[in-house]
Amino acid sequence: MKPIRKQRLKLVMFIVVGVAAAVGLALYALNQNINLFFSPVQVVDGEAPLDQRMRLGGMVVKGSVVRSDSSLEVRFDLTDYKGTVNVVYEGILPDLFREGQGIVATGRLNDQKVFIADEVLAKHDEKYMPPEVQRALDKAAQTPDATSDDQIGAPAGAQP
Amino acid sequence: MMRRLVLFVPLVLFAVMALLFKVMIGHDPTELDLARKGQALPDFTLTDLQNPEQRWTQADLLGKPYLLNVWATWCPSCRAEHPVLVDLAQREGVRIVGLNYKDDRAAAQQWLVKLGDPYALTLFDEEGRFGLDLGVYGAPETYVVDAQGTLLYRHVGVVTQDVWRNTLAPLLNGPAGGSQ
Amino acid sequence: MILPELGHWALILAFGIAILLATVPLIGAWLGDRLWMGVARPFAVAQMLMISAAFAALSLSFLTDDFSVKYVAGNSNTLLPWYYKLSAVWGGHEGSLLLWALILSGWTLAVALLSRSLPEEMVARVLGVMGIVNVGFLSFILFTSNPFLRLLTNTPTDGGDLNPLLQDIGLIMHPPLLYMGYVGFSVAFAFAIAALLGGQLDAAWARWSRPWTTVAWAFLTVGIALGSWWAYYELGWGGWWFWDPVENASLMPWLAGTALMHSLAVTEKRGLFKSWTVLLAIFAFSLSLLGTFLVRSGILTSVHAFAADPARGEFVLMLLLITIGGSLTLYALRAPAVKSRISFSERSRETFMLVNNIILVVATLTVLGGTLFPLAAEYFGKEVSVGAPYFNLMFMVLAPALVIFLGVGLSSQWKDTRPGVLLKQVPLLAVVSVPVAFVIPLWMGELTFSAVLGMFLASWLIMATVRDVQHKCGSRGWRVGWLKTTRSFKGMVLGHLGLAVLIIGATLVSNYTVEKDVRMTPGDAHTLGDWVFRFDKMDHLQGPNYLSDQGHFTVETTEGKVVGQLHPEKRRYVVSGNMMTEAGIMAGLWRDLYISLGEKLPGDEVWAVRLHVKPFVRWLWLGGLLMALGGTLAVMDKRYRFRRSKPAPQPEVSSSDASSAALPGETS
Repeated sequence: MKPIRKQRLKLVMFIVVGVAAAVGLALYALNQNINLFFSPVQVVDGEAPLDQRMRLGGMVVKGSVVRSDSSLEVRFDLTDYKGTVNVVYEGILPDLFREGQGIVATGRLNDQKVFIADEVLAKHDEKYMPPEVQRALDKAAQTPDATSDDQIGAPAGAQP
Repeated sequence: MMRRLVLFVPLVLFAVMALLFKVMIGHDPTELDLARKGQALPDFTLTDLQNPEQRWTQADLLGKPYLLNVWATWCPSCRAEHPVLVDLAQREGVRIVGLNYKDDRAAAQQWLVKLGDPYALTLFDEEGRFGLDLGVYGAPETYVVDAQGTLLYRHVGVVTQDVWRNTLAPLLNGPAGGSQ
Repeated sequence: MILPELGHWALILAFGIAILLATVPLIGAWLGDRLWMGVARPFAVAQMLMISAAFAALSLSFLTDDFSVKYVAGNSNTLLPWYYKLSAVWGGHEGSLLLWALILSGWTLAVALLSRSLPEEMVARVLGVMGIVNVGFLSFILFTSNPFLRLLTNTPTDGGDLNPLLQDIGLIMHPPLLYMGYVGFSVAFAFAIAALLGGQLDAAWARWSRPWTTVAWAFLTVGIALGSWWAYYELGWGGWWFWDPVENASLMPWLAGTALMHSLAVTEKRGLFKSWTVLLAIFAFSLSLLGTFLVRSGILTSVHAFAADPARGEFVLMLLLITIGGSLTLYALRAPAVKSRISFSERSRETFMLVNNIILVVATLTVLGGTLFPLAAEYFGKEVSVGAPYFNLMFMVLAPALVIFLGVGLSSQWKDTRPGVLLKQVPLLAVVSVPVAFVIPLWMGELTFSAVLGMFLASWLIMATVRDVQHKCGSRGWRVGWLKTTRSFKGMVLGHLGLAVLIIGATLVSNYTVEKDVRMTPGDAHTLGDWVFRFDKMDHLQGPNYLSDQGHFTVETTEGKVVGQLHPEKRRYVVSGNMMTEAGIMAGLWRDLYISLGEKLPGDEVWAVRLHVKPFVRWLWLGGLLMALGGTLAVMDKRYRFRRSKPAPQPEVSSSDASSAALPGETS
């Protein structure tokens, strides 16, 4: 019985250590790779960190999309009607990208608070816009216009 | 004994997950409207879908209770609910105000010609600004508004005969909304 | 037409039969009443007939364009060719659930027909449990998602447009194959529950459920591969796996099912890991249900999530609570908690299979965690998304561990491996694999860590498999020896080689894909890798229900030899206004050339174009097919021929210290 027990113990120890390592790695990977979502007004207010990968969602401002003549660079403004952020993206835009459409861009803010996007998503499902965008727009719509500290002083009920 | 307890671990993990689902299902869009229930319809000035010269404000809609239906030609579910609205307007004389949301004017006019026009009037909200003030989550959505312009209810999704009979009609014809 | 009403009635009848199937045989098994147990088979047949009738009625409604049926009106129109009308039957929520129920009834029927050699009690319990699952699904259909509902007023003259993304041969076959896999795991699940109910957790139940699990797994493998292939050519941007919640929902049962398949082998052969295997069987099917739930409830926003209907979500949650919660409770109460007295050494095949099983389960939980994390974060008021890098990083760690242990495991023997053997074999694998790991990436181009790692693993796995075959062939020589091996051995070899092929494909396509977004106008040429892409001209065509801008591209080698023509398209579907990118693809075993058109830029015929050269991308799906083929071969093994009244075999135990411990008396 003894040697079997010892063997079992070794195996169990090995598995426990392995699984613990995997869990640790998963937590680390999650920590590194979750992209927080921000809305334009949060960027304007300086709540969004600079040079960190994040997602930015809002509506593409009508008439703001400018294509470069020589490259695939495109610039447009993203708004939640409370704040507006300039976005630069190089590459091909998705089929559903349109002015006035809700989109989510993934990328980083540079120190001029210009959002350098490396991915632009317009959801395939046309029925609804991405819920985060809608909620961000909702929040912006519900905060009273005049106040400047609107994020903290958001009226009750703004947060569902 | 310890080993027996270990066998309960999967069950406990599942229970936690199920709880999360339970909470998040209830967390869905419809909850957003609770804050605005009982408040007045937000201010707006919008053009008429059929006639760009004609401007409407919320004052023009007062006096009789109505359903405010948010629709768009890009929304497949709106197509599904449209026959129900036409039926309500024609057979039961329900007053329905359309809110054409983030749409193309010509396409929307075409749509009404082709599928029938159940709306007493249709507001044209090209930018979606009024929709935003109203807290529209998507299309279709239908609001019950009483004669004084107070929001009584929001229905997210397609209006069916059931929804009309069981939910919307009692509110629209109820004491708060009764105009005679 | 009264057809939809007939279909509805058939469905209600099927529901009634399913309730009987879910109760009578189980009570019979409990009381030991042969008559009550005996009705299980006829009920299974009747259930299948009724659901087939319902499904046929719905299909006919689609084929005859009966737009008075709401579901037909919403998912089909007169312009669709007949095969798209037929596939539109499962193009929406209600119909895909009906397909689910149909497939479940099909599996139930198959078990009923192919279980002559099983004890009556077992058959009664297994069919009963499958009946319970079907009661759940049929009530979901009947009470929340009835496909036969009529539009009572204003029958439309034509239906809505089927999403053009779904008008595709790949997507016709994708859901049925995937569901065959998902639902197929219900058989292993039912066997496990039946064994728990009966308290007979011996090796026999593992032997019975093994072929079923393997078949389901093979279907799921093909289904996933097909989905990946569809995304690759139809979404138009050259990606083959997106870590989308819906993809994750199909990957999780696959990983758990892979673990289950291997664990069943150990349980059957050695009578070990009984509790673990039962848990995996519950796990695999629960994840299938969860996948259905995640997709159907719209709880996770995703490309595929339709019907964000909280009422349906609540209903599915109830179903999950009853099935998963119920079976896990049963497991906690009845699974054997007694320590197995069968011994195996730390160098034995059992050990390595156990380790790999745990790696697979950890991988499953990793995917589950990554998929559900945004949901949990949302509860705490944070809006986050988990990006592909998370999943990629986790798999970059877990997959190597899995393959390394797999290689060692293939070199080991049951119970114990002589100490010298592993020390001799394993370094040999490494000696061959290290050069391969460097040579191939160097030949492909740049030397990157992940490329070296990937090629090392593929080589390691292939070498270990070859060595295992050599060992099995013994002195008979390769040809004769190979022919002498059993089909299940051949299946295993093929499955593992399939994994190696998949790893090669994934490694090379991720590391050596060259892609570039460029502005092009007719007459322009761009060089990418060893190829020159020349933009000849742009055509503007009119399709049956769309307008198309079609590019004409010629691909040449850098020496100027023409390789072929590519015709990527940008389509605008007139009715719905949907834009679609149709990629131009030239497929090859060694590389795909792939062009997608972006948007038209200001200027005369200036287009944004994405050019790709994708080496070895076909190997991904080839690997999947090989794995599925391996599974198919394995179930064709002689010992699974269904014979009448063959006694349940005892596990193969020969060593004296273990023989007495493998008996059924072990259950608590």
